[in-house]
Amino acid sequence: MSADLLDFDEALAAYDPVLGLEVHVELNTASKMFCGCANAFGGEPNTQTCPVCLGLPGSLPVVNGKAIESAIRIGLALNCSIASWCRFARKNYFYPDMTKDFQTSQYDEPIAHDGWIDLEVDGETYRIEIERAHMEEDAGKLVHAGGSSGRIGDAEYSLVDYNRAGTPLVEIVTRPITGTGAKAPQVAKAYVSFLRDLMLSLGVSDVRMEQGSLRCDANVSLMPKGATQFGLRTETKNVNSLRSVERALTYEIQRQAALLSSGGRVHQETRHWHEEGYTTPGRSKEQAEDYRYFPEPDLVPVAPPREWVEQLRGTLPELPNVRRERLQAAWGYTDLEMQDAVNAGALDVIEATVSAGATPQSARKWWLTELARRANEAGVDLAALAITPAQVAEVQALVDAGTVNDKLARQVIDGVLAGEGSPADVVAARGLAVVSDDGALSAAVDAAIAANPDVAARIRDGKLQAAGALIGAVMKDMRGQADAGRVRELILQKLG
Amino acid sequence: MSILRATAAGLSDLLASGEVSAREVAQAHLDQIDAVDGSVRAFLHVDGERALAAADAVDARRAAGEELGPLAGIPLAMKDIFTMTGAPTTCGSRILEGWIPPYNSTITERLLDAGVVVLGKTNMDEFAMGSSTENSGYFTTHNPWDTTKIPGGSGGGSAAALAAFEAPLAIGTDTGGSIRQPASVTGTVGVKPTYGATSRYGVVAMASSLDTPGPCARTVLDAALLHSVIAGWDPRDSTSINAPVPDVIGAARSGDVAGMRIGVVREFGGEGYQPGVEQRFAEALAVLEGLGAEIVEVSCPNFEYALPAYYLIMPSEVSSNLARFDAMRYGLRVGDDGVNGVEEVMNLTRGAGFGAEAKRRIIIGTYALSSGYYDAYYGSAQKVRTLISRDFDAAFAQVDVLVSPTTPTTAFTIGERVDDPLAMYKADLCTIPSNLAGNCAASIPCGLSLDDGLPVGFQVMAPPLADDRLYRVGAALERELASRWGGGLLDQLATSPAGAYLKVGDGR
Repeated sequence: MSADLLDFDEALAAYDPVLGLEVHVELNTASKMFCGCANAFGGEPNTQTCPVCLGLPGSLPVVNGKAIESAIRIGLALNCSIASWCRFARKNYFYPDMTKDFQTSQYDEPIAHDGWIDLEVDGETYRIEIERAHMEEDAGKLVHAGGSSGRIGDAEYSLVDYNRAGTPLVEIVTRPITGTGAKAPQVAKAYVSFLRDLMLSLGVSDVRMEQGSLRCDANVSLMPKGATQFGLRTETKNVNSLRSVERALTYEIQRQAALLSSGGRVHQETRHWHEEGYTTPGRSKEQAEDYRYFPEPDLVPVAPPREWVEQLRGTLPELPNVRRERLQAAWGYTDLEMQDAVNAGALDVIEATVSAGATPQSARKWWLTELARRANEAGVDLAALAITPAQVAEVQALVDAGTVNDKLARQVIDGVLAGEGSPADVVAARGLAVVSDDGALSAAVDAAIAANPDVAARIRDGKLQAAGALIGAVMKDMRGQADAGRVRELILQKLG
Repeated sequence: MSILRATAAGLSDLLASGEVSAREVAQAHLDQIDAVDGSVRAFLHVDGERALAAADAVDARRAAGEELGPLAGIPLAMKDIFTMTGAPTTCGSRILEGWIPPYNSTITERLLDAGVVVLGKTNMDEFAMGSSTENSGYFTTHNPWDTTKIPGGSGGGSAAALAAFEAPLAIGTDTGGSIRQPASVTGTVGVKPTYGATSRYGVVAMASSLDTPGPCARTVLDAALLHSVIAGWDPRDSTSINAPVPDVIGAARSGDVAGMRIGVVREFGGEGYQPGVEQRFAEALAVLEGLGAEIVEVSCPNFEYALPAYYLIMPSEVSSNLARFDAMRYGLRVGDDGVNGVEEVMNLTRGAGFGAEAKRRIIIGTYALSSGYYDAYYGSAQKVRTLISRDFDAAFAQVDVLVSPTTPTTAFTIGERVDDPLAMYKADLCTIPSNLAGNCAASIPCGLSLDDGLPVGFQVMAPPLADDRLYRVGAALERELASRWGGGLLDQLATSPAGAYLKVGDGR
């Protein structure tokens, strides 16, 4: 399936990529965009529907005020201007998941326009200009049945679930992003990640990429280095994880570069991203569909009063980048440490762990190493692990008190994750406390000396570094639960 | 007193006093439908059982001492474009054949709440596109005055049902004249309320920015009674106006036009207007002047562009509104043989299910909205629409109402214009401006044309939300003409040889 690719570095040596990102955010309003049906993921197919979202003849839409509020707050957070008067428009096209065979969207009068955000990637700041953020409704969902792949190609028939039809969406569209060079895929990923964090902090969306509540269409074109005329672009759809954004763009840059450098041309088209690591062509944009946009006559214009917009501006939470700067200063992290924490999506859990009493460094250590590994293995977010920040802080407190060492602490975490109770419960139940009782340790040291006479002899001769071997033997004997410092002291006492 | 000849207001009194029961009234109308609808063909669907059950329910409520509204127990013919649970809604189109909507339109709900007895659904041009019912996917309705003539359209079924005494009330929708033009050619009263004054929820859309449901009746007061039941804000229709309904019943009872300034639209007359129509129109003006109104001439120079602008805006919206009839979810499905794909089935279904006029408008609208042509067609038409609104504003700064003939000619012969869409479109020449501007307008019978003996309609146009003025002028004209004629215009049909087949006699 994979096309010819040019090496990424070679591609970037010859071409400048230009990005354009369209991100759809499903709003988490209680009801749908234009009717009173529940706006909830899942549910038995076609149970969250009514004449309006089914587009039955005669039904009419009414705008969800809460969705407008969310769209305005998103616009404000993206430094956009908010339209004082705007309309919905009909985007006319046929698809079986469309109940009216037009999508109620916005066209040349978006609710929010002309904004920007600054993104930091590897210490560089990139300004991303936002062209627009507009409101629209989602379509239903096709389920292709009877085939082996679940794809439309070999399906025997298709079923339609209209539960999602009419879900409120905000589509955020960037202006062309230039000057990112080899960082293009990373910038794109950072942008989507920024939006994800932003939507969470605004509380307007669940942004579950795996459920499609945040979806990214990634446009990219290449132009010869130094040129100013953009090349023909492709729009890669179905890019539904942060990692995929980066991978899909890397792939497209390499694919387009291979085409261009061999004298070919890029087809302006939509492409589909496959998690196996390649894109395939979708419909061609050169025979562009004519959507015949016109103002939606069934809806009166949206004219948010200025005072309301300003009131909404007052409700904006601390923005993710501002928060990041504040936390970095408070925690004393290096740029690299901070970036790791951000990339791992660990800010919330670290913050909670710190406020539960752990030091910023210890919190970082647990979440970004031990716990990150486990989350990765389980394929879940850090926050979804069965251990709370307060419990992580408690584990660290046990380490600080000398009750457990790092190695035992990991077993404590195992116990907490296995549902065996609090860290203290796990220590008690599993008998994990470090043994620093001289009686027990002394016997174990004596046994180790007796079993390793040659090592003991070397220590007596002043080769103190050989003590490590005896410590190891003692630890092994005591299954890791010995206080290593005390063991070393005892060995040196006995042989000194 | 004949039940069939009675007005809704008259029936209301008879019902209230217990002289007749709602069941008797419903049964009389069902019998009349049985007797004459074979000739008139006003109804696509009649549900006698349901109508009688509704009538019985009203009788039971009355017997229990409940306070009922004036329309409780009054039969009504419903244009087949309003959804009503349990009843087919076809919009006169084959593509919706067999569709039983699972919900009521807001107007249906208000009618049922008021105790109105719905007799059935009336014929119409497919999706309300036409001026004669000849575009119905089922059959053509005949004008009760002369069954070789068209009953007007698109709401020809509703108007014909009234004129044939099959129902005292009917309901229609007016997108370019579909209530007023049928009223005009059948000698009935038809009102297009202010856009947004009556809810469109549950009214299958033709052109959303123009469609206006409204009352049809044989008298101005009956229309007002129905108007006051169906009008008023509906939160389910975003374009519905949240304002009090003007006192249309009071206006219809008063009929006082003394001191009113009435503007005659200069552009609506002359070439293309039937002399018999112009004559009756002039006489009606004289009547109003005699009642104390001041008649002035007003120019609305942009009205001549209304028809072309309408035939861009309307089909543009049609092309989008009718897209949903794709064979996926309801109605007709053709060619679903397990081999044809989704698009093939859609194409076959639309090919078979849409009539020629629907296809024509879909194609014109698709073209008008397409990229590269949008500004020249749809965009320009919207500008013309603004200019027409300004003409109205300027006119209403000088006069209280505007008047014109409702339609340039009386009812034409069935088949006469089917091959000439432009001639057909001209039937709506005088009615379209009010749809484009969104103001209210009505057609009131003003006599029979001397050249063919067919009814002539007098159009009254008033500013948005001043619907009461239509009723004031309409009632004045109706009262004065009735006193000259010794009854309503339809009484002339009822007692004429031409109307003998209606078998409603003189009723007195």
